[in-house]
Amino acid sequence: MWKFTVRRILIMIPQIILLSVLIFIMAKMMPGDALSGLIDPNIDPETIAEQREKLGLNDPWHIQYANWVKDLFQGDLGMSFRYKMPVTELIGQRLANTVWLSLLTLVLIYAISIPLGLISGRYNDTWLDRVITGYTYIGFATPLFIFALVMLWFFGFTLGWFPTGGSVQPGVESGTFEYVMNRIYHMLLPALSMALITTVSTVQYLRNEIIDTKQKDFILTARAKGASESRIYNRHILRNSLLPIAAFFGYEITGLIGGTVFVESIFSYPGMGQLFLESIVQRDYSVATSLTLLFGIATILGALLSDIILSLVDPRIRIK
Amino acid sequence: MKKDDTTMVETVEQPEQINSESPTGLKILWREIVRDKVALISLIFIVLITTIVFGVSLILDQDQIVKVDLLSIHQPPSDEFILGTDYGGRDVFGQLIIGTRNSLAIGFLVTLMTGVFGIIYGLTAGYFGGHVDNILMRILDFMMVLPFLMIVIVFVALVPKYSVWTFSLIMTAFLWMGIARLIRSKTLAEKELDYVQASKTLGSSNLKIMFTQVLPNLSSIIIVNMTLNLAANIGLESGLSFLGFGFPESTPSLGTLLSYATNPQTLQYRWWIWVPAALLILLLMLSVNNVGQALKRATDARQRRG
Repeated sequence: MWKFTVRRILIMIPQIILLSVLIFIMAKMMPGDALSGLIDPNIDPETIAEQREKLGLNDPWHIQYANWVKDLFQGDLGMSFRYKMPVTELIGQRLANTVWLSLLTLVLIYAISIPLGLISGRYNDTWLDRVITGYTYIGFATPLFIFALVMLWFFGFTLGWFPTGGSVQPGVESGTFEYVMNRIYHMLLPALSMALITTVSTVQYLRNEIIDTKQKDFILTARAKGASESRIYNRHILRNSLLPIAAFFGYEITGLIGGTVFVESIFSYPGMGQLFLESIVQRDYSVATSLTLLFGIATILGALLSDIILSLVDPRIRIK
Repeated sequence: MKKDDTTMVETVEQPEQINSESPTGLKILWREIVRDKVALISLIFIVLITTIVFGVSLILDQDQIVKVDLLSIHQPPSDEFILGTDYGGRDVFGQLIIGTRNSLAIGFLVTLMTGVFGIIYGLTAGYFGGHVDNILMRILDFMMVLPFLMIVIVFVALVPKYSVWTFSLIMTAFLWMGIARLIRSKTLAEKELDYVQASKTLGSSNLKIMFTQVLPNLSSIIIVNMTLNLAANIGLESGLSFLGFGFPESTPSLGTLLSYATNPQTLQYRWWIWVPAALLILLLMLSVNNVGQALKRATDARQRRG
């Protein structure tokens, strides 16, 4: 167990280093450097050249890379050209919004997929199962952004049940219960759109898993000793099928990262995905690269988490 | 042990050979599609749409359609404009046709490019095994954990002289891993079979074995995987175009039409701009997926219907 975990963490280190090199190359490819965000057109070019020298922008690339990594460890991601503030501060403002949105989505994903998968697997080949399978089939083929647009159009504009943008209604005092509820109210539609699409693969997986487990010998044993049908499903089958699903948790994070970019832009939700798109459009490249790095690390950590949980759940994986 | 395995396979396949030759991989795939009515209808729909879209776009003048006409902004559907006009007074129907053509073309192109690269990569890793496999798979693992969407968007924003070709190259660079991994695992199993050993003993070169002997045996899996990839790639391209990082606006795609719906006024009151494009993407992706799922069933003898 520990051997696997340690080895898995060791694999992660070169991945993070490679990621940082890739992001560094991207940052260097981008027009402008650390100074262009600060330069006042009235300063004469000689002073700028002097500053560039002082900041090490004329150094060979490996020294620049070393300095860049050193800054990263000190939490210095550079300055935002557009907002004229440190990137860390700017991202800090948006971080919480995206984290809460993703958490709510995750909760919804499991709240939808577990009952649906259970019903569909337990009563397979009934009309109820066919409805659920039909939903997963269509959900699998539907691109998230189209579904989110339709949700916004229908529940946001046509029915007016949900707000069509923002993360909180202006004027609601922070810290109160009302504030929390208002935040959740604003997150519900984007989270639901994302969850309803992302959840389909989990439903399909759970359904197949339950149908497989149903025919195993230990279920026959449980039946033979007289366990009730609900006990068989809730205690014996679900427990077996649920573990791998719990392990996908980390991989879900990867999917959510891509999802938030679409959903936040469609619902004008002020999170990191929206900030990322804005920063690209406004050519605020230090923000864009920092966010890519951050999302990249989140993806790597998510995969790590899933692999470790999987190895806990399924000992066969550890041998590899 | 090895010998026993082969004799067993032979005895299993015997009954098939009594009435006729055993069907080739392609025949099995085709039979499954014909048996599955939904898949057959989907396939007909895809062929129909592709023919219409490529045929009609030959007649349509792209420059004419993407030209801004300020006198006819946001017109609802009429005789002159079957599906009305967008915010630049451009004909939505024409954009829909050309957009579908572009989306399909890029979908095919990216699928083909990722397919070729992924197959070569996977075959090399799987066939040679050992250190080669180890190194290639570590690179692949790294590519898999990249935040795909963001990196593609950054590259699209960065590349100078941005065109349809550079766009497909960027997409390909970050999308080949799935098929490469699949081909690698299948090749690992395939190369242990006797015919590969026999061919080696006869002195065939590695390249010859890889591409003329192992590859044909993987053809049905490749077709299935590429069909499913096609659906995913059409979705990805329209998603990127929707965000504004796909085709430039002068080359409309289905996603471009949908991106007009980010304007709340268009979303609420001008259905003719975005609803047809949304429906078309949905139907296309569903159809391609239907065909892909039918093909997937065909490769697994236990699930076949035909």
